Amino acid sequence: MLAIRYEAPRSVAEAVRLIAADPAARVLAGGTDLLVQFKAGARLPSAFVDVKRIPELIGVAIDAGGLHLGAATPAAVLTEHVELRRLWPGLAEAVHLIGSVQIQGRGSVGGNLCNASPAADTTCALIVNRAECVIAGPGGERTIAVERFCMAPGRTVLERGELLVAIRVPRPAPRTSDAYLRLIPRSEMDIAVAGAAVSVTVDADGVCTAARVAIGAVAPTALLVPEAAKALVGSRLDDAALKRAAEASSAAARPIDDKRGTTAYRRTIAGVLTRRAAAIAKQRVVS
Amino acid sequence: MARLHIETTINGEPAEFLCDPHETLLSALRNGLGLTGTKEGCSTGDCGACSVIVDGRLVPACLVLAPEAQGRTITTIEGLSSGDALHPLQQKFLEHAALQCGVCTPGFIVAAAALLDAKPNPTEEETRFWLAGNLCRCTGYDKIIRAVLDTAAHIRESAV
Ligand SMILES: Cc1cc2nc3c(=O)[nH]c(=O)nc-3n(C[C@H](O)[C@H](O)[C@H](O)COP(=O)(O)OP(=O)(O)OC[C@H]3O[C@@H](n4cnc5c(N)ncnc54)[C@H](O)[C@@H]3O)c2cc1C
Ligand code: FES
Ligand code: FES
Repeated sequence: MLAIRYEAPRSVAEAVRLIAADPAARVLAGGTDLLVQFKAGARLPSAFVDVKRIPELIGVAIDAGGLHLGAATPAAVLTEHVELRRLWPGLAEAVHLIGSVQIQGRGSVGGNLCNASPAADTTCALIVNRAECVIAGPGGERTIAVERFCMAPGRTVLERGELLVAIRVPRPAPRTSDAYLRLIPRSEMDIAVAGAAVSVTVDADGVCTAARVAIGAVAPTALLVPEAAKALVGSRLDDAALKRAAEASSAAARPIDDKRGTTAYRRTIAGVLTRRAAAIAKQRVVS
Repeated sequence: MARLHIETTINGEPAEFLCDPHETLLSALRNGLGLTGTKEGCSTGDCGACSVIVDGRLVPACLVLAPEAQGRTITTIEGLSSGDALHPLQQKFLEHAALQCGVCTPGFIVAAAALLDAKPNPTEEETRFWLAGNLCRCTGYDKIIRAVLDTAAHIRESAV
């Protein structure tokens, strides 16, 4: 008989105590990565620590400061949220791409981040929106920029006993919008060959005054690409500027060669998606 | 390790079962409770055969741990008909011959019921995207989509 425990702590402090005391315990959010990995033969943990009964980890709140997202909130709660879709359409479309309706009924943005797949769909959209991760641990709480959260495939900055509690996204500046695009060989239910998210702020004269660009599935972690943002800022987001941003993204990409795509193909696609996402984000500000 | 005693609500009735801590809800339904209408296809979240509704959300029962059911409200395919009266989706699946071997059918019907709850008047495109997480190796999907859209029209007409 396997000696596995199921724990459902009711508070962050209780969850931290459980995972700090037992390094072989695993946090369970929606289980759409974790349980699949165990069925595929990963070693079973000593305990599943289900964090979905902790109030701080569930729910979406939007106020003057921005979005406060409980780490274990199912994706479907986000995609149904009208105000979230209005303020962060690119983030909402990234969340909406995770698996099927069934998977979105379980899978969370916190789980998407903590699983640390380079192809995770929400990471780029969180990066361009300057999201921060709120982490609780035995030593108290700390906050870290989302682009610094993942360190390598399957590895995050979380240390023993640490739990991702929430994700905070500041309210976008006026005349700002975002977009996320990924390439997959079919129209649903697949892992990104490459992805790109762009956020732009465009003034009343049509000049881009701020931008963030991030690319996914083309390096060990999602990458913030400041050079691509630089190519956009100061421009009218015309074809020439978009092309320069695309080239910067392609140059920043460090993709692998695998059955999903060759290095050269991924590099090109990272640029193409950057260009297209920038055009969509611009269109969203203007309209 | 002791088995866990779980109390929950299934198809409107209080229910209890014993399970292992790492057992799936799919296994508890089928093996513990004898509710074999919910099917096992892939067991990895890809096929939708195990679709159930937990606290109003459509989820794959193969990726839910059985102990998570404590205090929740669960609807399975067995809960859709009322007595001998089939749910309109079940009736329309029969009329449209929207099944062959039938192993995917409970999952499709539960997923479609969740769709019609959320969107009583879905377009064909919305219906196809909503059901993208349900796989069928027999029908070619088209009859399933027709059956769901016809059910939606039927429910709307009977409501007026
Ligand atoms: C059929 C299918 C299709 C999918 N399609 C996509 C897709 O298109 N795009 C995509 O990006 N992903 C996809 N996924 C992967 C998965 O659904 C997502 O990554 C999802 O967001 C994971 O969230 P979860 O809540 O289920 O995480 P879980 O599986 O519960 O957890 C994932 C990992 O993070 C850890 N963890 C979770 N929450 C916390 C926390 N709060 N603090 C610390 N550690 C934590 C867990 O211990 C585990 O290691 C798919 C999965 C399936 C089964
Ligand atoms: S058996 Fe659960 S999705 Fe296939
Ligand atoms: S009817 Fe056989 S799998 Fe759908």
